[in-house]
Amino acid sequence: MKSNNYITGLFWDDTELIKAIKEIQDKGIAIFDVRTPFPVHGLDDVLKLKRSRLPRLGFVAGAIGGILAFWFQSWVFTTSWPLNFGGKPFFSVPSFIPVTFEMTVLFAAISLVVGFLIKSGLGPGAENIIFDERTTDDAFLIVVKITDNSQSDNIFEVLTSVGASEVKHVEPTKTDTHA
Amino acid sequence: MYISPLREPLVTGAKSYKQVTDDILNPMEGKPGKFWYAGITLALIALGLGGFAMYITVWEGIGSWNLNKTVGWGWDITNFVWWVGIGHAGTFISAILLLFRQKWRTSINRSAEAMTIIAVMCAGLFPIIHMGRPALAFFVLPYPNTRELWVNFNSPLFWDVIAITTYLTVSVLFWYMGLIPDIATVRDRMKKGIGKKIYGLLSFGWTGSARHWSRHESMSLILAGLAAPLVLSVHTIVSMDFATSVIPGWHTTIFPPYFVAGAVFSGFAMVLTLMIITRKALNLQNYITVGHVESMNKVIIATGSIVGIAYITEFFMAWYSGSVYEQYAFVNRAFGPYWWAYWIMMTCNVITPQLFWFKKIRRNLAATFVISIFINIGMWFERFVIIVTSLHRDFLPSSWVMYAPSWVEVSIFIGTFGLFFTLFFLFIRFFPVIAVAEIKTVLKSSGEKFIKKGDRDEK
Repeated sequence: MKSNNYITGLFWDDTELIKAIKEIQDKGIAIFDVRTPFPVHGLDDVLKLKRSRLPRLGFVAGAIGGILAFWFQSWVFTTSWPLNFGGKPFFSVPSFIPVTFEMTVLFAAISLVVGFLIKSGLGPGAENIIFDERTTDDAFLIVVKITDNSQSDNIFEVLTSVGASEVKHVEPTKTDTHA
Repeated sequence: MYISPLREPLVTGAKSYKQVTDDILNPMEGKPGKFWYAGITLALIALGLGGFAMYITVWEGIGSWNLNKTVGWGWDITNFVWWVGIGHAGTFISAILLLFRQKWRTSINRSAEAMTIIAVMCAGLFPIIHMGRPALAFFVLPYPNTRELWVNFNSPLFWDVIAITTYLTVSVLFWYMGLIPDIATVRDRMKKGIGKKIYGLLSFGWTGSARHWSRHESMSLILAGLAAPLVLSVHTIVSMDFATSVIPGWHTTIFPPYFVAGAVFSGFAMVLTLMIITRKALNLQNYITVGHVESMNKVIIATGSIVGIAYITEFFMAWYSGSVYEQYAFVNRAFGPYWWAYWIMMTCNVITPQLFWFKKIRRNLAATFVISIFINIGMWFERFVIIVTSLHRDFLPSSWVMYAPSWVEVSIFIGTFGLFFTLFFLFIRFFPVIAVAEIKTVLKSSGEKFIKKGDRDEK
């Protein structure tokens, strides 16, 4: 059976949090997740989070949107139904640009947001584990997942020793698939 | 970290993270006061009046407006351009100032963006009802149809449809993505109940995980990067509705930059009008400080001066072009039958913002409030002047006319104010007016608690 045990350590300050994370990592304990009320500067580096690939997704989606919009306008005005507007050329590139630009932005923006939500497991009705309700207010939480029950006492001690003000054993009823 | 003593704290009153949350969320957790009820009632009455006028417009047709063969665009398009312009400040604050790393934006970006979305909704109403048959508004979109016709991709009016819908969509996405962490804060502060359920649903299951924040930040930055050129393109395209025509007074290449500057100018004025009241009503003086107001006033001087130069350049170019029609259009603008509209515009837009060169005025809330209203009025008249004075005396003197709105047109305009304030009142009631999480990120570098005089140099 998949274990679903966590130990959490609570902090009240972001600089203390980062110091504690480094100490925990030095002791060879893997950190499952860190919950913070705001994006803490430098946390990505300490946790060695990979840089998000969202920028690339946005670029590709934007390119698709732009190409699609330009191709569609060109097809309509040269092949499907060429209309003569005051003798101007059918394939009038400059006047296709505004719509091409807008579609590039629209495709990129929508794909970024959808990509972000899917990748993070967020969305209307999503029920992710909330380890401590204070983490959206002013508390910072280090979450360690227990894979081996014999380790749990050790982890408990380490979290206390690095200065966590509250250390708790949490066994949520639902499994977190995303975080 | 060294912080220059010239930099004012962005958050005053020695706040901790907890106090920030409390201060910003308290107004929405208590019962609404009688001012809120009075305000929303007034707004709903205005909205009702507007709704009735729109009903008359659709039922009786555009004939219920005072437009005629010569003046085909009147208050409707004036209001459309005015509202779209107001929207631009929100995106300017949230996107362009983010890219320029202006930290003071964190206190005002949330409400300014909300204002953007609402203003664009108000704007969008006008072209739709101007069609006369709003039920057929979807005809403007290119889709395979039994008429076997596509739309005209060469037309700025079509670009406008695409630009405004894209702008609205991207603004909503950007705004809402910034809002989910704060909705989660509201959710977690609530005890059990229907409210917690609703905010739980709206928070998209946000947990504040470091991975999510990391992704959220990179997404926000790119969305800002996309929104920055987008906001410039929107008013550029709006200006092309005029500039690509052959009407003297409209047919000028200066229009795109001039319209964009005017849009940001009017938008900041509206943000100031709203914020000066909101900060007082919701007790947010520690977050939206006089320093914030001063920063916005500086943007107003810059954009207002661009607008002033544009007015003068237009005049010079009309004379320099040697075209008699162009020259007449401008002389008629300033000294013709609509001279009063022109001079209201000049006074409100060119002269009043220059008062902000004085630091005393720039930092005076009452003065700023009055001037911001002057600018709102001035920018409305700018659009009225551009549209009506260019049209009412066309190439054929026998069709020269005067134009004044009917009660239906006036009521629709009042109705959009109703819509604007109804939605704004609902927004300040149900959502955090200030980006709570973002304020916390600047607290240590710019909060008064952390940068007291002695500490400045040590950190």
